[in-house]
Amino acid sequence: MKGYRYLPGVATLELDVDKCTGCRQCEIVCPHRVFAVEDGRARILDLDACMECGACALNCAWGAIGVNAGVGCASAIIGSWLRGGAAPKSGDRC
Amino acid sequence: MTSVLDTPIGPVPRVATSLTWRDHLGAWRVRWGMGRDDYKVDPGVYALGEPNADSPVLVTANYKLTFDVVRRDLDGRDVWLLVLDTRGINVWCAAGKRTFSTDELVRWIEGIGLSRLVAHQRLVLPQFGATGVAAHTVRKRTGFRVVWGPVRSADIPAFLDAGMEATPGMREVTFTAYDRLVLAPVEITGTAAYGWWTVLALFAISGFGPWVFSLDAAWHRGFAAFSVFVAAALAGGLVAPLLLPWLPGRAFSIKGATSGLLVGLLVLALWDRPLDAVTIAAVLLGAAALSSFVAMNFTGSTPYTSPSGVEKEMRRSMPWQSLAAAASVAMWVGSAWIGKGGV
Repeated sequence: MKGYRYLPGVATLELDVDKCTGCRQCEIVCPHRVFAVEDGRARILDLDACMECGACALNCAWGAIGVNAGVGCASAIIGSWLRGGAAPKSGDRC
Repeated sequence: MTSVLDTPIGPVPRVATSLTWRDHLGAWRVRWGMGRDDYKVDPGVYALGEPNADSPVLVTANYKLTFDVVRRDLDGRDVWLLVLDTRGINVWCAAGKRTFSTDELVRWIEGIGLSRLVAHQRLVLPQFGATGVAAHTVRKRTGFRVVWGPVRSADIPAFLDAGMEATPGMREVTFTAYDRLVLAPVEITGTAAYGWWTVLALFAISGFGPWVFSLDAAWHRGFAAFSVFVAAALAGGLVAPLLLPWLPGRAFSIKGATSGLLVGLLVLALWDRPLDAVTIAAVLLGAAALSSFVAMNFTGSTPYTSPSGVEKEMRRSMPWQSLAAAASVAMWVGSAWIGKGGV
């Protein structure tokens, strides 16, 4: 995404290349062009651009992608802390 | 709604592709957070133009702001709109909440008998819906094939003209100055909602001094503190979002602290009462802390912050924000004992 970079080295995105069939769904649904499919296999081009939205993992029919998906929103995270450390859910304002 | 279209699945409402002043007023109101939780249209199928059995089916959310933008952008097209019940939430957030979801889509496809309305088995979904909808599961359960449309609704006509092919640019999210500005009011009104108690507290603590407590000091010094508070909230809620690409650092808390310091300096330049080192420190620290916190909350409005990243920066910055805010309050109260206390 031109002009914007967020904190590096934190994204939980993982790709199991052995399960990949090169169907290109991840490449299509990712709004940050994190994936590229080359020679019939997906590859993570830019891990730090991942915002962990989970679209790729949900749309991988082969279960090759894993990510701890959620919303990158401070008020949602404060809400989850207040609920006792449960995984962040979309806050009302997000 | 302009008229009703008779179809094999019964009457389908046809809606206009131009917006009225009422739509514009409604959009303006929700941008300021007014009635935002209840700004929706009835879910179901709508017709735009003169669609037939071969016309494309576009799926969207029932947030009226979204519905209005989509129908406006499709002016002159003959298409079906399938509006899911996302409880008045936009596509992306609804997908995150799983109301724009595989189950919801399948429920509508089957419930209205979509296969009797159109002769093809193709649905165009907004790319941001992919966070909630699994295309392969929709296909398995209904036979309908999901084609991912562009991120922005304005690109839909070009996408349709290109035979439902998106260019790389249509697939990538952007975050223009207009996008950032249009999101700022709702953040600011959100801050104002919980800010009133802080403002009351600011007036109260501003009354203390060598005179023990003075209502006059509470009013005059309190008003100065209130001005700093408002300026800092705007520094974090408006200046930081607008200058986002240019403020230093990647963490929003750092960007917000920077814009808070800048605005704090501006407030000091306009200060019309005696200034001493303690007052200056109180103003700058307070402005930086509040602006940093407000800017950090803007992460939820951006399309590029990961939850792992937001949590990391919150764990790092919130102790500093609290410390700076506490030091600012202590110094502000303490400044009343210095000189004339700025009264």
